[in-house]
Amino acid sequence: MVTATAATPLESELLRLAGSVPDPELPVLTLLELGVVRSVHLRGADAVEVEMTPTYTGCPAIEAMSLDIERVLREHGMREVTVRTVLSPAWSTDDITDEGRRKLREFGIAPPRVRAASGPVPLELGATRTLAADGERTAAPAGHAPGSGPVPCPHCGSDDTELLSRFSSTACKALRRCLACREPFDHFKEV
Amino acid sequence: MTATVPVPTTAALALGDDALVLSHRLGEWAGHAPVLEEEVALANIALDLLGQARVLLSMAGDEDELAFLREERAFTNLQLVEQPNGDFAHTIARQLYFSTYQHLLYAELARGDGRFAPLAAKAVKEVAYHRDHAEQWTLRLGDGTDVSHERMRRACEALWRFTGEMFQPVRGLDVDWPGLEAAWLDAVSDVLRRATLTVPEGPRSGAWAAGAGRQGLHTEPFGRMLAEMQHLHRSHPGASW
Repeated sequence: MVTATAATPLESELLRLAGSVPDPELPVLTLLELGVVRSVHLRGADAVEVEMTPTYTGCPAIEAMSLDIERVLREHGMREVTVRTVLSPAWSTDDITDEGRRKLREFGIAPPRVRAASGPVPLELGATRTLAADGERTAAPAGHAPGSGPVPCPHCGSDDTELLSRFSSTACKALRRCLACREPFDHFKEV
Repeated sequence: MTATVPVPTTAALALGDDALVLSHRLGEWAGHAPVLEEEVALANIALDLLGQARVLLSMAGDEDELAFLREERAFTNLQLVEQPNGDFAHTIARQLYFSTYQHLLYAELARGDGRFAPLAAKAVKEVAYHRDHAEQWTLRLGDGTDVSHERMRRACEALWRFTGEMFQPVRGLDVDWPGLEAAWLDAVSDVLRRATLTVPEGPRSGAWAAGAGRQGLHTEPFGRMLAEMQHLHRSHPGASW
């Protein structure tokens, strides 16, 4: 049954359905926009296997996502739904679609920047807040974590924002504050 | 019996136990961290590690049985990760030493095509943030007030003797261990110097240093940690939410 052939029309439809499930923690995004649903394969007339990948290895939302996908596909006539978690290739914030980024921003979460090529980044002295050496308040976590360039405020659009903490309400977000409108906001950090 | 343990299982347990035990230690900060942001940061780091542990332990067997039903001597984590949290500086020193090691190790495993490459490629991106977090705090505390400097110095000294053990070869991992150790020493020394701290001079292995966690020998606080971690599962076998 396992073939590498192109998806059938039914598989494409099931993929669309699985992808339309909202993220349980970021309900403005669908799983397709988040880029975590990898593939759907029919394993019989009414049996289907879905491959999905976690954003973070320990993401607690993955079980809720699996259950939601199962429910949706069952409602569309599938009797047997298997959701498999795959790690490779590793999910990247670059997998979030443009539409997903737009929705994040509208929801008040700064979307991840497109990742810069990894490489050594000079380590700066860590103040309470991250100030770059030239005084410009850049977003870049110094050191080994990816991402560079400003993180504009999702509320007022100002580039003048500062990092408060590398970890926020969930593992995938950092906490920042806008220095123009003074609003704190979450930033979907780059991985 | 132990001689018949398949090699990949040995490696999955070693890496999985490191992640599980450190995750539990970091979880102990919940409700006790110095500021709210750190409460959240340490819990998130713990969650990343727990996710890695679940994948790794599942490669070796049933994750719950391995986590909750093994005796102390069956755990093969590094003694470094089982060390008590101490003050915040001790936790940061432990994070600096371990996350630098884990970041370099996983980067190497991710480059290969071995059994651990997919997880390593995923986890290395998470650990990059753990390492960054530890480095930033080391700089801030080391190059901070007299009190923070002294506490950070004490913590780095106290945990130094647990760092040699990290580079004992683990069966089943294709890693250039001397190269890894040299890279780790360079990286950690660089951060300590920038933090105006001195690189500790004590031994990192040998008779006066620790280092038999991989062989199942653990320090005294580990038994109590395990008792707390395992008691619910042992008291209520098969319980679930």
